[in-house]
Amino acid sequence: MDLKEKLVSSFLAFENNQDVDSPIHDIRSEAIKTFETSGFPSKKEEAWKYTSLNSVLKHDYSVFPKQENALDYKDIKKYFIHDIDTYKIVFIDGKYSSHLSQTTHDGIDVCLMSSALVKPKYKAVIENYFNKIAPKDSLTSLNTAFSNEGAYIHIPKNKLVEKPIQIIHFATGNEAALMLQPRNLIVVDENSHVQIIERHQSLTDNPVLTNSVTEIYADKRAIVDYYKIQNDNKNASLIDSTFVDQKDQTNCFVHTFSFGGKLIRNNLNFYQNGEHMDSTMKGITIIGDKQHVDHNTLVHHIEPNCESHQDYKGIFSDSSTGVFNGKVVVDKLAQKTNAFQSNNNILLSDKASINTKPQLEIFADDVKCSHGCTIGQLDESALFYMKQRGIPEKEARALLMFAFSNNVLNSVKIPELKQRITNIIAKKLGVNIGFDL
Amino acid sequence: MLQIKDLHASVEDKSILKGINLEVKAGEVHAIMGPNGSGKSTLASVIAGKEEYQVDKGQILLDGQDIEELAAEERAHKGVFLSFQYPVEIPGVSVTNFIKTAINETRKAKGLEDMPAKDMLKMIRDKAELLEIDRKFLSRSLNEGFSGGEKKRNEIFQMAMLEPKLAILDETDSGLDIDALRIVANGVNKLKSKDNAVVLITHYQRLLDYIVPDFVHVLYKGRIVKSGGKELAHELEEKGYDWIKEEVDA
Repeated sequence: MDLKEKLVSSFLAFENNQDVDSPIHDIRSEAIKTFETSGFPSKKEEAWKYTSLNSVLKHDYSVFPKQENALDYKDIKKYFIHDIDTYKIVFIDGKYSSHLSQTTHDGIDVCLMSSALVKPKYKAVIENYFNKIAPKDSLTSLNTAFSNEGAYIHIPKNKLVEKPIQIIHFATGNEAALMLQPRNLIVVDENSHVQIIERHQSLTDNPVLTNSVTEIYADKRAIVDYYKIQNDNKNASLIDSTFVDQKDQTNCFVHTFSFGGKLIRNNLNFYQNGEHMDSTMKGITIIGDKQHVDHNTLVHHIEPNCESHQDYKGIFSDSSTGVFNGKVVVDKLAQKTNAFQSNNNILLSDKASINTKPQLEIFADDVKCSHGCTIGQLDESALFYMKQRGIPEKEARALLMFAFSNNVLNSVKIPELKQRITNIIAKKLGVNIGFDL
Repeated sequence: MLQIKDLHASVEDKSILKGINLEVKAGEVHAIMGPNGSGKSTLASVIAGKEEYQVDKGQILLDGQDIEELAAEERAHKGVFLSFQYPVEIPGVSVTNFIKTAINETRKAKGLEDMPAKDMLKMIRDKAELLEIDRKFLSRSLNEGFSGGEKKRNEIFQMAMLEPKLAILDETDSGLDIDALRIVANGVNKLKSKDNAVVLITHYQRLLDYIVPDFVHVLYKGRIVKSGGKELAHELEEKGYDWIKEEVDA
């Protein structure tokens, strides 16, 4: 039985445990039909031209882990940003881990999707927001069909959430192969500000496939600062679909740091439903071996006087492959749009490759849109210059790569997180120097 | 300190240096002059260890040790400094962080601990003052958007920080106005001692009014065709290079 058939037949078993009278029931039933009709995307589809899921779909994944596994905090502490106080929503093999988590209902809700979907207290928010901006493509629909667990974050208006929120998914290897489908809903009301860090971490060499969907709603003047750390091990793959709905005068930032994993596909979509707002998406990708990272972004400028900024840096060694597919749509109404996009890449080996493709669809006439992409090697003359000053080859290369990714790193607003990312990069580049760039 | 014996070197199979002999002792200043394309910058790059240059014959000895097999950074650790004719821009790395990294990597190679931050700061301040460099300048990205004069001054600032044994200044005077030239020359003169040596590579005599050489060599077609004292530079300034070309080509 292939994975698609297995998922479709598992849906019945999944449903038996759910409340069929819930409004979500209809959404799920609809979604599984969509998935059943369309199946997994293939390279024949334009949006998947350079990314094949074949190698990750061949495993016989467990869809519902049979047993719960406990983890000791001291063994996994290093995956947390642990030097500052944070809220934490932690899952182990798809199941909520209360002893590793720190949730709250004190003025804000930082808790679980599983309870939000069933408790009356959350009904209004769920009805207003759940699955409202997630499109009906096959992978998102698959996630919707099985949506049950994940992070539920609701920040009422005028709240500055002082501690960042960490969402971490661990896979332990209890199953020979595991498929996870977390579903996150983040609703930030007027004038509120929240910082969120998301990480998927497999602790096993067994294959793990995560098909994650996150919906983010930012109401007027809200600020949402979201960081994705993708530094998973070599048999873990991630398909991350994130949808951001912005209203007037909001600022939303998503940083994606892709350093590890077998295959990563990021579908990052911003919908600007208002005026005078800013959407920023930045990323650093540093991969090697046969790893593959695909950034597929969309900014939809719907109303006038808004900005978007995209800045993605990629460094590819060995036989690794990268994709950047950045789409900017400017509607006829969206005059005075400023949209910037930049994708710069360094290929460190003859076998590494990057496919980069900007797509601009502009229907308004008074806009500023720019895009640029570069593909190059490390600057040999700069390397000689640095070596002449006594900096050894390896360190000189690392320093150049740090410098290359510096403006993305610099916009990380949580100092401890920035330090952590810097350390991960240094480790990846095999150097041990604390460049304080 | 530096002995070059019958040095032949080429780049991409094109022979450029064709038998250079040169000896530089501690405490000396040598000027290497010559028309464009004579091999001056190649000589500087070969001494510094640029990989594209192939030594076909001969030897470069530093304190009696053949340095041909050493990588550029190892030569730097032994005290070789090359002030580039065209310093490279490195966006994203500040002048301060670059020089800190260079100094600490050099110390590491010598088995020393990092220089304490306080000492480093003081040294940076002192040397910046020597070269009349503004503090704000130090936090800018290395050479990015610098004027020609700022780049050269920054090279000499790095030289001052690294305190090399052998400094090779490749066309350091080009692109400098008279004030910048005076500042740079003053810096080099203050850094001179009986223990180090300076090799000035220049096309014009102008710099030599400020940094007075003990010896002047004329490089032409990959060979040193004439050597003399500082008066040779004046003669070249007056008469140009043609008479030397005629002498050699005859």
